[in-house]
Amino acid sequence: MSYAPETLAQLERDAKEIIARYPKPRSALLPMLHLVQSVDGHITSDGVEFCAEQLGITPAQVTGVATFYTMYKHDRVGEYHVGVCTNTLCAVMGGDQIWDELSEHVGVGHDEATEDGRISLERIECNAACDFAPVMTVNWEFFDNMTPEKAKKLVDDLRAGKEVAPTRGPNSVCTWKQASRILAGFPDGRAGEGPQAGEPTLVGLELAKQRGWEAPPADAARPEPDDPAAGSQTRGDIHK
Amino acid sequence: MSTTLTPVLSRTWDQPDSFTLAAYEREGGYRAMRTAFGMEPDAIVQAVKDSGLRGRGGAGFPTGMKWGFLPPSSPNPRYLVVNADESEPGTCKDIPLMLANPHVLVEGVIISSYAIRSNHAFIYVRGEVLHVIRRLQQAVAEAYEAGYLGKDILGTGYDLELVVHTGAGAYICGEETALLDSLEGYRGQPRLKPPFPAVAGLYGGPTVINNVESIASVPSIVANGADWFASMGTEKSKGFGIFSLSGHVTRPGQYEAPLGITLRELLDMAGGVRKGHRLKFWTPGGSSTPLFTDEHLDVPLDFESVGAAGSMLGTRALQIFDETTCVVRAVQRWSEFYAHESCGKCTPCREGTYWYKQVFKRLEAGQGTEEDLQTLLDLSDNILGRSFCALGDGATSPVTSSIKLFRDEYIAHFTQGGCPFDPAKSTVWAGEQ
Repeated sequence: MSYAPETLAQLERDAKEIIARYPKPRSALLPMLHLVQSVDGHITSDGVEFCAEQLGITPAQVTGVATFYTMYKHDRVGEYHVGVCTNTLCAVMGGDQIWDELSEHVGVGHDEATEDGRISLERIECNAACDFAPVMTVNWEFFDNMTPEKAKKLVDDLRAGKEVAPTRGPNSVCTWKQASRILAGFPDGRAGEGPQAGEPTLVGLELAKQRGWEAPPADAARPEPDDPAAGSQTRGDIHK
Repeated sequence: MSTTLTPVLSRTWDQPDSFTLAAYEREGGYRAMRTAFGMEPDAIVQAVKDSGLRGRGGAGFPTGMKWGFLPPSSPNPRYLVVNADESEPGTCKDIPLMLANPHVLVEGVIISSYAIRSNHAFIYVRGEVLHVIRRLQQAVAEAYEAGYLGKDILGTGYDLELVVHTGAGAYICGEETALLDSLEGYRGQPRLKPPFPAVAGLYGGPTVINNVESIASVPSIVANGADWFASMGTEKSKGFGIFSLSGHVTRPGQYEAPLGITLRELLDMAGGVRKGHRLKFWTPGGSSTPLFTDEHLDVPLDFESVGAAGSMLGTRALQIFDETTCVVRAVQRWSEFYAHESCGKCTPCREGTYWYKQVFKRLEAGQGTEEDLQTLLDLSDNILGRSFCALGDGATSPVTSSIKLFRDEYIAHFTQGGCPFDPAKSTVWAGEQ
């Protein structure tokens, strides 16, 4: 391994913390692969060797896992990894056109990075945001309701070093390596930033409020809990 | 209109700080947990059984019965694992739920773990949703801080550790046994069942795996009673569920309603199919559920009725496509998805989805023949029911249903020597340029 001593020391501290979360050490492998990506940007032979050593398994076993999951990259990734959903629904709603125009604009294809190392592109699968189609991501933050023009401007801004805010996410996108560290289970303290929901998330609730629709009241005959500290089950409860 | 919306899980989502502990408690959160700690664990299991709650991750297996399958004694610890790997194309309910209110899931985990006598729980969340992961991490940290997780919770003597575990991009890990292998640090490949996870799951211990929405529904059942829950929905599909409308619809989004609501009712609430267009086909529960058309607008969206009409309720992921959409293109893309996501363990799924991909490439390019349609149906026969898990089965759904419903459209591709549709007309911005 060619990690600098201070990098290695930090990696070892982090790995120890990850391993301690689980009843069995091997469960730490997925977060540890995110961890080594947060240092190296992608899965390197150093990262594989580190994980193997920490968990007492072989590099081949680590590589077998690392090659199974698409979020582990085996080549250079841009500082901003840009995803365009081209699964059916987003593709039909415009994702295919976004991909074509963006890929041409940036000059790289699927899972490729620009020469300057700023941007890489990926055709991503369904990202559970279909009501915001067409959807894109940057370092796994949501960019909702995209168009080819918005997509190209987004990438131009990222390349120019401008601050860019996701639609549903923190006030600005972090780097690929910073994102990988969160995935490894080390929060960045930004959970409180950004909205709690997007517009489509709330359409049903807003309609229900306009029309006075509610779930039925709680069981009338339901006894109060035995524990006096339990609090009363009023109709105003969140669980109504 | 007979059916109305019933916001329970979504009730507080419009509060700007809805994801914080303070907001959750302000609205009555964590009271059900206290109620639960005053109950015998078995009484909670019974209440969930009585409520009729069925798994909200697609399969619809009764949640309380699943809990009841745990052996009464076992040398190994018991585990609760929440499946937050939402990835089925079209499905987009758990992610906004966890973004807006991760605490209802944490409270559900605490009550459910207590009920099944587990001291270690995991939330397996897909990796590609960074802000949702931040919110989950914060909610769990807040719950520890408040003494709702950890040792001797609220002086009850009950201990619970909860770990947020991030996946790494593999649809297959939404399959419960593949998820367990992934959580154990292996490639996410399904296990042979039996033994079922209730008997031999995580690390070989008795394990319950439930979907996010199922677990998030548990606090409301404890707070309001099984009868309250069962008063909503239909006879065999009780309670409420989040219905996710997407695609060519005027107001796409999340609509929480009793099971048994129809697409006609939901479309009416959502402003209908986008202006100037009409419904062509739709999925009732994600891409793995056979396609429906405008003939199915009045099918009650519950497990039994959707099944009787030839599809599956799945995850209530209602993807709406209008007449501008080429069904061959749509199914081609789904087939490419299944080929990409097949884990490779079982030959029928691995090779079959790869063949689908090749045949569809020809068909969409107008170079196919009627024999290709027969090949697709033969392939489907050889994939369906012949693999460890349901991924391959799901891959056949859009293929066989689309050939049945739109055979002429397939044929038009090769009689006209290409796709008769203009993809530009299907886009959100069609007509604006």
